[in-house]
Amino acid sequence: MSDLAQSAEGDLAIAARPIVQVWRGGIHASAAWFLAAAVTIGFPDTIPWGATELFAELTAAGGAVLLILAFVVHRLGDVGRRIAYYGPWLIAIGLWFAVWEFSTAKTGWLPKPFFSPPHGLLNVYVVDGTRLLICIGYSLRLWALGFGSGTVVGFVLGVALGWSSRFSYWGMPILKLIGPVPATAWIPCTFFFFPTTFHASVFIVALSAGIPVAILTASGIASVNRAYYDVARTLGADERFLIFKIAIPASLPNVFVGLFMGLYYSFAVLVVAEMLGAKYGLGWYIQFQSAYSAYANVYATLVIMAVLCAGIVQLQFRIRDHLLAWQKGIV
Amino acid sequence: MSLAESLASVPTALAEADRLAALAVADVSHSYTIDKGRVPVLDHVSLTLQRGEFVALLGPSGCGKTTLLRLAAGLETPTSGSLAADGEAIAGPDPKRLLVFQDATLFPWRTVRNNVATGLEARGLMKTHGGRIDDALALVKLSDFSHAYPHQLSGGMAQRVAIARALVNDPHLLLLDEPFGKLDSLTRLGMQQELLALWQKVGFSALLVTHDVEEAILLSNRIIVFSDRPARIVAEFDVGKPYPRRRDDSDLVRLRETILATLGIQHD
Repeated sequence: MSDLAQSAEGDLAIAARPIVQVWRGGIHASAAWFLAAAVTIGFPDTIPWGATELFAELTAAGGAVLLILAFVVHRLGDVGRRIAYYGPWLIAIGLWFAVWEFSTAKTGWLPKPFFSPPHGLLNVYVVDGTRLLICIGYSLRLWALGFGSGTVVGFVLGVALGWSSRFSYWGMPILKLIGPVPATAWIPCTFFFFPTTFHASVFIVALSAGIPVAILTASGIASVNRAYYDVARTLGADERFLIFKIAIPASLPNVFVGLFMGLYYSFAVLVVAEMLGAKYGLGWYIQFQSAYSAYANVYATLVIMAVLCAGIVQLQFRIRDHLLAWQKGIV
Repeated sequence: MSLAESLASVPTALAEADRLAALAVADVSHSYTIDKGRVPVLDHVSLTLQRGEFVALLGPSGCGKTTLLRLAAGLETPTSGSLAADGEAIAGPDPKRLLVFQDATLFPWRTVRNNVATGLEARGLMKTHGGRIDDALALVKLSDFSHAYPHQLSGGMAQRVAIARALVNDPHLLLLDEPFGKLDSLTRLGMQQELLALWQKVGFSALLVTHDVEEAILLSNRIIVFSDRPARIVAEFDVGKPYPRRRDDSDLVRLRETILATLGIQHD
């Protein structure tokens, strides 16, 4: 009833204002992006960076898309509302591009080689894209092997430490002693112990991710409400059931705290490991390029890293929300 | 076969063992070690619970009633004396004797349905007895909530899930440890009626620990009063009244005063 009344009012409002519904933020964002394109193409570069036209074309295309969106966004439903929500960000990005272009390539206020205009970064992707893709592949492989093996071993150790008092008696002091040592401090030894640099790097990444997972899993398992075990035991549960169906699910929130800590440590260690004697990888690429003062390449790689790491963090949040849907406040 | 039917058939199946008590506590003493000192909690307690009987345990708080339930559940072994159920010595936990705690103690990561299923799952009976889950949920009137998580339930609903989680295993003896102690008084009255109805319908034996004298009088056949710690049995009352009972029944009001006097609380 009230819905009907509301939509009738809405119709009246549209009838009273014959103009098409316009998303004003979209117009502003479009203007900002066109401004960035105009600055890029309208002024000459003080030093050639390459990909100037391409960047101008891309920002202009962005401006055009935003201009179209300004008129159709209200018809796109949820997607449209999401785009409109990020309107201020889109405006800021357009303006940022314009200021960035102007202060680097166009005026040289922020000089080469330490600063690079946005089309300088774009040029890196165009010219060195293949090599960067290979580096991404290498980094992801190292990270996945290290983080994967480290968290699996850490989780299993954590369960054992939290469950068995005998295991805990011997294991916990050792874990407490070596846990705080930064994983990177092991680098000299690992290069000696492992046959290849790659194996050593996987080990260090695994260590960095595995230790927080082990510690938090152990404390999670050890702090499970005793009453859960009493209930399960009277219901006929054996030890296997108690571990897998009670202790582990009950401690999962703790395990995820450990996984998030391990995730951030593993990123840090990954880059350091790659800077030491790797042949490919994003860390290696940054090291290699900064030796040549190719800071545009360094910035371009940092952008890739930011996107990759943030993406992986997001993925882990999704997995956690799915597995811990039972927790109050997450649903 | 529905849960109620299969449970109803239990007495006939065990007819020849009828004289065996649902729970026989013989001269049980128990003490805990706290800070290197021994703290006695139970002092030569003996009691017998007949099959199908509803017995209430009353006593001051912290007197050792809960300890007796834990011993009966097989979660602990007594310092001296022995316990038997259905003629067999109690050596460990057994789904034939199930505890319902003051806190519902539902597993928060399991849905209502999976909480109820826990016992069948733990014993590998899901394939053969899985159908009983729906019957148990229907018995406690929670069929519509089978996919809810515990944090979405009210206190009374959670306690009903806990009862269903016990009943689905066809227990002979239900050990109830102040099961309604944390509920608000209205919910508590409703739950008392429901428990009574379940007991009459399903036919399990029940040992109810409570410190609510009225609750004991309304629900049980027999009331056993414990002393302060270490607990001894100080009095035993038969409540020879048919169900449903009225709170204002003059005999019951008198009984209430007698029990309160035994517990050391006088009127006027």
